[in-house]
Amino acid sequence: MLLKKSADIKSSEITPKNLYLNRRRFLAGTAIAGAAALAGLELGEAVSPSTVAHANTKIEGLQKSPFSTTEKITPYKDVTTYNNYYEFSTDKDGPSRLAGNFKTRPWNVTIDGLVQKKQVLDVDSIIKMAPAEERIYRHRCVEGWSIVVPWVGFSLSELIKRAQPTSKAKFVEFTTLLDMKQMPGQRRDVLQWPYVEGLRMDEAMHPLALLCFGMYGEALPNQDGAPLRLVVPWKYGFKSAKAIVRIRFTDSQPRNTWNISAPTEYGFYSNVNPNVDHPRWSQAKERRLGEFFKRPTLMFNGYDQVASLYSGMDLKKNF
Amino acid sequence: MVRWSKPLVFLACLGPLAGLGWRAYSGSLGANPIERITHTTGDWTLIFLLITLSITPVRKLARQPWLVRYRRMLGLFAFFYVVLHFLIYLVLDKSFSMHDIWADVLKRRFITVGFAGFLMLIPLAVTSTAGWIRRLGGKRWQALHRLIYASAIAGVIHYLWLVKADKRKPLVYAVVLSVLLAYRLVVWLRPKPRAAKVQLPAAAEVTEVSTN
Ligand code: HEM
Repeated sequence: MLLKKSADIKSSEITPKNLYLNRRRFLAGTAIAGAAALAGLELGEAVSPSTVAHANTKIEGLQKSPFSTTEKITPYKDVTTYNNYYEFSTDKDGPSRLAGNFKTRPWNVTIDGLVQKKQVLDVDSIIKMAPAEERIYRHRCVEGWSIVVPWVGFSLSELIKRAQPTSKAKFVEFTTLLDMKQMPGQRRDVLQWPYVEGLRMDEAMHPLALLCFGMYGEALPNQDGAPLRLVVPWKYGFKSAKAIVRIRFTDSQPRNTWNISAPTEYGFYSNVNPNVDHPRWSQAKERRLGEFFKRPTLMFNGYDQVASLYSGMDLKKNF
Repeated sequence: MVRWSKPLVFLACLGPLAGLGWRAYSGSLGANPIERITHTTGDWTLIFLLITLSITPVRKLARQPWLVRYRRMLGLFAFFYVVLHFLIYLVLDKSFSMHDIWADVLKRRFITVGFAGFLMLIPLAVTSTAGWIRRLGGKRWQALHRLIYASAIAGVIHYLWLVKADKRKPLVYAVVLSVLLAYRLVVWLRPKPRAAKVQLPAAAEVTEVSTN
């Protein structure tokens, strides 16, 4: 062991006070840097917002529809960057980031169950079944926000008629693609996959129920449910299944995914209804994207023509 | 730098607000700006509560007593962000309707606990001054300020109850909070040497008041 006589220690080797202070400074600096990093996260995200441009093929020769609303259409950018599509992500801006490479061709749709014509159809042959219409619908999410979207498609009934369901068929079940490789959200079991939705036969045959393959005059963007989705404007958004691969006709009521996930919160019918609250939040009002204050929610989302489908039913029980 | 550290930390704490301001100015708050602001302010309320709660363990375990200098400011920033969070709700969700708010508080349990968490922070913000510590006396002041634990728990439950299906983010907060509370439990259960009795703080050492 080397022992230095105290006289040997140069005064410069004694931890000087300013160095000791430096340590404190360093630590204070670290704290500040930490806080700044956190704050920077917020700022950094703010200054690099993602942008989305129109990129899809135009759909020509669209027919106008008497079902269209004249309300102000929600900007394309909002409808393509604010999506509930848990197959990709539970973040609203996730699907627009993650669905870019989703393959929508070739795409087959299986039609089976209680029908005369069980078949597997290519999506392009489905699209050609009937003339494409533009339908400007209100779209109300169960979370309390709404948008107005110019969808492109035709009545679901066109496809159902061609499939010729048997007299036993009382319900239609829609299944979304199951493909963990392409849909990273399916690697986590936030919901039971694949996503399943259903309609009663008379609901599915109602002319408002839309089989949809486009919006804003173009093919559907991937994050909005390409290549083929449902749009049921008088029901909460989650009823409108996306990326459909199977349409099955059944005699018993299908269990839909959100109902399986939380049976007391999401029913089979899920009609837009300002008088029946979600157990955890009110459904009386909604925030139309782009508006500052909330607006009142309308019964059946304003589509009163469907009221007769539910006459005599207790809509509080059948929520 | 030590002298400047407080104003700098103060500025950093305004970062989330500046971020929102910049987004509002540049029109990049997204499709649902109000939801964005509600979520951002809610998140930062919880983050500041957790940072505030981590000061004591970090300064004890890492022997960095000076950290306590920032505790009051961090706690007040939690309050600042929850006030913004609540104001957005008051003005833009409920259009100032006290009747609607009261109905919500009674009916929606995520609002009930959130509201409780907010109310509990009010006396803490009010009594955060040197004068109040003197008036209450260190012990009582400390006892009162333990409300921050209840407020943070309420905040986490609030978040857990409001998500639809994906509980990942609220669970992260829950885990962090559990660790911070577990530290207090361990300290509390450990036999204390007599010398470690709570010393009554003199007004001059306000920022050194120690709550575990
Ligand atoms: C200690 C008090 C509180 C804390 C820590 C807190 C924290 C949070 C957090 C972390 C979120 C979710 C943010 C996200 O999704 O990223 C949130 C959302 C929300 N909070 Fe609070 N909050 C508090 C008090 C309140 C109060 C008093 C109200 C109103 C009375 C309130 C109303 C809301 C609403 C309406 C949402 C959005 C719900 C939704 O989007 O569905 N919070 N809060």
